Amino acid sequence: MFARTSLRTARAFANAKTGATRTVVSQQRNASSQSSAESAPTWKNTATLSASTILAIGSCTWYYTQFGRTAHAMTMQEEGLHATPYPWEHEKFLKTYDHAALRRGFQVYREVCASCHSLKRIPWRTLVGTMMTVDEAKALAEENEYDTEPNNEGEIEKRPGKLSDYIPSPYKNDEAARAANNGALPPDLSLMVKARHGGCNYIFSLLTGYPEEPPAGAVVQSGLNFNPYFPGTGIAMARVLYDGLVDYEDGTPATTSQMAKDVVEFLNWSAEPEMDDRKKMGWKVMAIGSVLFALSVWIKRYKWSVVKTRKLQYNPPALTGLPNKMNPRQARR
Amino acid sequence: MAGVLSGVYNTLIRSNGVFLSTIFAGAFATEILFDTGSNAIWNRINKGRQWKDIKHRYMDAGEDDE
Ligand code: HEC
Repeated sequence: MFARTSLRTARAFANAKTGATRTVVSQQRNASSQSSAESAPTWKNTATLSASTILAIGSCTWYYTQFGRTAHAMTMQEEGLHATPYPWEHEKFLKTYDHAALRRGFQVYREVCASCHSLKRIPWRTLVGTMMTVDEAKALAEENEYDTEPNNEGEIEKRPGKLSDYIPSPYKNDEAARAANNGALPPDLSLMVKARHGGCNYIFSLLTGYPEEPPAGAVVQSGLNFNPYFPGTGIAMARVLYDGLVDYEDGTPATTSQMAKDVVEFLNWSAEPEMDDRKKMGWKVMAIGSVLFALSVWIKRYKWSVVKTRKLQYNPPALTGLPNKMNPRQARR
Repeated sequence: MAGVLSGVYNTLIRSNGVFLSTIFAGAFATEILFDTGSNAIWNRINKGRQWKDIKHRYMDAGEDDE
């Protein structure tokens, strides 16, 4: 076996040396057409190909139906109702928050939600210039007491809040919060819009979605309230927003949905105060990017113009090869 | 056209120092223009929604109190 292989290589080398490459090419073409003529009857080929194709497609389909589809481990009730998509103005590509709504929303947070929910990541200073004047924010901060640095005797005293302080939490710690709420922890609202699937739509639906009565047949554990949007439908937070609960200073009627909309927009701001910069930067990048893209298209066409406009001409050499029997490759067969 | 181009070449490009300064000054000017322009568009689209559009209500009210 090895001897034959080496012989063949030797012949091939001889070929190359004699410079008969051209003939070899033509002979090879002959050889390939011969071999296809020798092949098995075509219907067998067709049958084998069809069978293996069907097998391949079939096994893929079977595998997909068996394992590929999304697995729904939860019942519809456990998933919760999907939140209605609302046309939030501030979610549009070129729109900022309605800052008057942010101001109203913060009022709702302070007067309603703040008794249970913390807003730990928001310092008073961020309210200045977005929804409050410096004096208003300072006055609000000073209503709260904060710990001082330890004094000379190592005692920690109390001082009124400053703009640089963070909005205080209603409870000392999570345990206290649970104890006051039947064991359920009211989560921090700073990043709530980002933390829940559906964002603004979910929180709005949740706040406005409490029915008067749980539907017939729904099981509501004691201490829980029925809300179809909450996964599991039993939520420890009762309905908190009722028409006329707060008094808006700008005269906006404080309906349930108005308050929910304002507080949701405010929570969106607290989760994403950088949204304006992000949107502006995005559009600037798009503008400059499209100029650069146009430029790069032009440069590509400029550089390629040489290649695109050249003309190739190929004159095949005349095939006046050696006679077959003198060709060593042919003689081998 | 050719006159303009050679003028540009002679005044701005021929000396390396001038060419470099032109590029730097041009970059500054373009950035300032672009930012001012795009911010102006943003402010027009968001007219009435931003804090600077509504703050006069609360600024005046605050001064009245004092
Ligand atoms: C009486 C206390 C109380 C008040 C007031 C309150 N909440 Fe809650 N909230 C809770 C509790 C307790 C939970 C935890 C519910 C649970 O896990 O079952 C909760 C949960 C939530 C959640 C999370 C739901 C989820 O998907 O996990 C959001 C969002 C929320 N509250 C928003 C608000 C907003 C906005 C306000 C003000 C308009 C508000 N809450 C007022 C007690 C309160």
